[in-house]
Amino acid sequence: MAEVLVLAEHTGGEVKKVTLELLTFARQFGEPAVAWAGDGAEQGQARLAEYGAVTVYVAGGGDVTDFATAPEAELLASLVAGKSPAAVLLASTGQNKEIAGRLAVKTDSGMLCDAVGLAAGDGGKIVAEQSVFGGATIVHSAVKAGTPIITVRPNSIAAEPAPAAAALTPVDLTLSEAAKGAKITEKVVQERGERPELAEAAIVVSGGRGVGSADGFEIIERLADSLGAAVGASRAVTDAGWYPHKFQVGQTGMTVSPQLYMAIGISGAIQHRAGMQTSKTILAVNKDPEAPIFELADFGVVGDLFQVVPQLLEDIAKRSGS
Amino acid sequence: MNIVVCVKQVPDTWAERKLKQGDATLDRESVDGLINELDEYAIEEALQIKEAHGGEVTVLTMGPEKASESVRKALSMGADKAVHLVDDALAGSDVLATSYALAKVLEGIGFDLVICGAESTDARMGAMAAMLAERLGVPQLSLASKVEIVGTEIGINRQSEDGYWRVEASLPAVISVLEKINEPRYPSFKGIMAAKKKPLQVMSCADAGIDTALVGLANAATEVVDFAERPPRQTGTIVKDDGDGGAKAAEFLAAQKFI
Repeated sequence: MAEVLVLAEHTGGEVKKVTLELLTFARQFGEPAVAWAGDGAEQGQARLAEYGAVTVYVAGGGDVTDFATAPEAELLASLVAGKSPAAVLLASTGQNKEIAGRLAVKTDSGMLCDAVGLAAGDGGKIVAEQSVFGGATIVHSAVKAGTPIITVRPNSIAAEPAPAAAALTPVDLTLSEAAKGAKITEKVVQERGERPELAEAAIVVSGGRGVGSADGFEIIERLADSLGAAVGASRAVTDAGWYPHKFQVGQTGMTVSPQLYMAIGISGAIQHRAGMQTSKTILAVNKDPEAPIFELADFGVVGDLFQVVPQLLEDIAKRSGS
Repeated sequence: MNIVVCVKQVPDTWAERKLKQGDATLDRESVDGLINELDEYAIEEALQIKEAHGGEVTVLTMGPEKASESVRKALSMGADKAVHLVDDALAGSDVLATSYALAKVLEGIGFDLVICGAESTDARMGAMAAMLAERLGVPQLSLASKVEIVGTEIGINRQSEDGYWRVEASLPAVISVLEKINEPRYPSFKGIMAAKKKPLQVMSCADAGIDTALVGLANAATEVVDFAERPPRQTGTIVKDDGDGGAKAAEFLAAQKFI
């Protein structure tokens, strides 16, 4: 059985949830194998084993982490050449879409981005489901040349354990000169606090123009924290400078598809819907009964968010017994 | 400095965008086309770099005849000249073929710096800068929230998942810029009038040395199996807040096991 390669997402040896989701997909199409770029594979091994990785190809060392995207692309290209995998799966992040693009050029392969589901199609080919045009159209696509390279959005499948060996296999990777053209001279980590990452979070609480000010946005953070959720914002909020731009959900910002999306004081313009329409459950609070967000909402409250949310916070506290 | 900005004409994101029933390619006729919003930041960045370091800004686009509208817009913002790659053979090209075609043109016209927007609002792959860098064998400095150039050295702040990375290279290079790196200027009346007289070179595949066996829908490395409009979401429960809206929302969350 051919391998299906999954590029590991990890920070400091801690494997991210999306990688376990990709391993769950991978075993539907072949033998799950992981490509690990950078250090920390020993710490991540147990987790990868639990979720079914048979082999973990490891390329560590300074070279791999000193340059952006080219090392991962060269690692994957060498594995594609050596192992002829049935597919390469990557988490859909900005960086990984670039890695996928470089790999597609190197291996002359088709690439598909932002899949929200994978299934076996005719002749065993992998069919990716994508949600395009702000979620208005569902497209099923397949790769017909080279090795399928597919980036998959977090939360597209529930990760399921399926123990395997996760045998660590060092890969000797010598980077080309071209890969060393752009050097990372500093990595600046900006404080995120204890909240989960926006892209990966199971629950996202987003605030919009209705919060009225930067100070008003604090209630969104409180609601998010009460649910262990990530915080998002509409473009109106980030444009006004009430909340940092990197938290923007929408057409020109982040696309999320959490289990629960709470749109607070967001009207739901098409620009915003493009970033959250595939969320499993949507709850909206807005004072305008005509707001388009209510067309998407599984549950909506027409009212002043500064009345509704404090009461919701009280009830959450009561129900969680704190 | 010879700066080339890659620009894509996309359907208006405010319009209803569709795929065509026949070949599952983007329906570009039934909606207004306009310049990809993120490319306007790329044009602005190019103009600012030119203003600081001198040189020339060329706009490059690949697309049907209609895409020349977007080229004119870029010229009216202040770009010096434009190249429009247009050929029926290119219709339906996927990202792999598009990166090949653009790289061929870039090799032909030459560059010190190529600037792309971080992604297009239609396909949203966000991979073009990386793919061009790979094909051209030059450094990739992408997802930039800040660009600094000193002589032939270039440094950017690259957005990462938990902050940013400082990335440095020597020119020539390909960069991509994020929204918020700058505030794109509006074309002035003078700019709009001047744009009409600026050189716009129309290129075919043959002109650019593009092998037509490697581009177009028939030669794409990916295919659409099928597509459908998303079924409308089931109408949810909407309640008016009569002093108990928060409690009702909590009840809903509890019923769905979120709390």
